[in-house]
Amino acid sequence: MDATCLSKDMADHGEVPHVLAVDDNLIDRKLVEKLLKNSSCKVTTAENGLRALEYLGLGDDQQNISNDNCSKINLIITDYCMPGMTGYELLKKIKESSMMREVPVVIMSSENIPTRINKCLEGGAQMFMLKPLKQSDVKKLRCQLMNVGS
Amino acid sequence: MLGLGAERLRADMNRLLALLFHQGVLDEQFLQLQQLQDATSPNFVSEVVNIYFNESEKLLRNLRGLLLDREFSDYKKMGIHLNQFMGSSSSIGAKRVRNVCVAFRAASEQNNRPGCLRGLELLEHEYCYLKNKLHELFHLEQQRLLAAGVRYPMQN
Repeated sequence: MDATCLSKDMADHGEVPHVLAVDDNLIDRKLVEKLLKNSSCKVTTAENGLRALEYLGLGDDQQNISNDNCSKINLIITDYCMPGMTGYELLKKIKESSMMREVPVVIMSSENIPTRINKCLEGGAQMFMLKPLKQSDVKKLRCQLMNVGS
Repeated sequence: MLGLGAERLRADMNRLLALLFHQGVLDEQFLQLQQLQDATSPNFVSEVVNIYFNESEKLLRNLRGLLLDREFSDYKKMGIHLNQFMGSSSSIGAKRVRNVCVAFRAASEQNNRPGCLRGLELLEHEYCYLKNKLHELFHLEQQRLLAAGVRYPMQN
C-alpha cells in the first residue's frame, strides 16, 4: 500500500497519521514530538535505531513474528547521527523489510553535508531535513508526504 | 495595581530577550521554542530548558574530567560530548554556546590540549551567562503571571 492510499483511508476514517520519531537526544525528541503533535499527528518516539526496529517488529529476535505496530506507522523520521545504528543504517533496515519498505522515511541532521544527503536520498529516504526543525518544515512535510492536509 | 505590574514585567522580559538576541546569546530557534508553548504544553519552554541545563552540566563535568586527567588522550570521546552539546544548544537557540563548542571541537580534532583547555574555559563561561539570563527570564515570567492574576495567558 503506498502513502497516498493510506492517506485516503485515513482521511475517510478521520484518522490521524502515526509517526515514529527516532533521536538519541532527549531535547530533540521532545521538540519533534511537539512539532508533529501540533500538526495533528500521533507520535511514538524511540531513542535509538534498535528500539525503533523493535517497536516495528523488525528486531533481530522478532523474525516471522507478526507485529501490530508495523501496520500502524505512516511515517518514520529519524536523526542521522546516532550512536550504535545511524539513521542511514536504520533506513536501510526498513527498506529491506517487506512489511515496512513502503513507509516513507525522513532523515534529519544538524549538519549540511551534500554527500550525506545524497547517500540518504539514494538509500531510499523520502526527504532530508536540516535541524533544528521548524513548525513550517513539519507542516510542509505533512502535506507532501501524507496528503491529508495540514 | 495588578494590570500595570504585569505590563511592566512583560516589557522587562522583552527588553531582556532583545538584549540576548542582540548579544547573539540566543537566536530565532528560541522563539520557535516559545511558539511551541500552548494550552496543552503550558510549561514547554522551561521543561525543555531544564533538560538542557541538566544535560549540559553533565557534559561539562565529563569534559572537565577528561581534560584534567593527566593521562588524557581520548579526543574522540571529547568530540562525542561536544557534538551532543552542540546539537542541544542549537535546538534551544543557544547560539553563543554552540559557537564556542564548534571552536572547542576544532581544537579536539587537532589533539590540541591547550586549545581544548581554553575551549572548556570559554564554554563554562558562556554556559554560566546563558543559564543566569534564562533564570532571570523565567523569574520575570513567573512574576508576570502572578501580577496578571495567575490566569493562563492566551498568548506569549
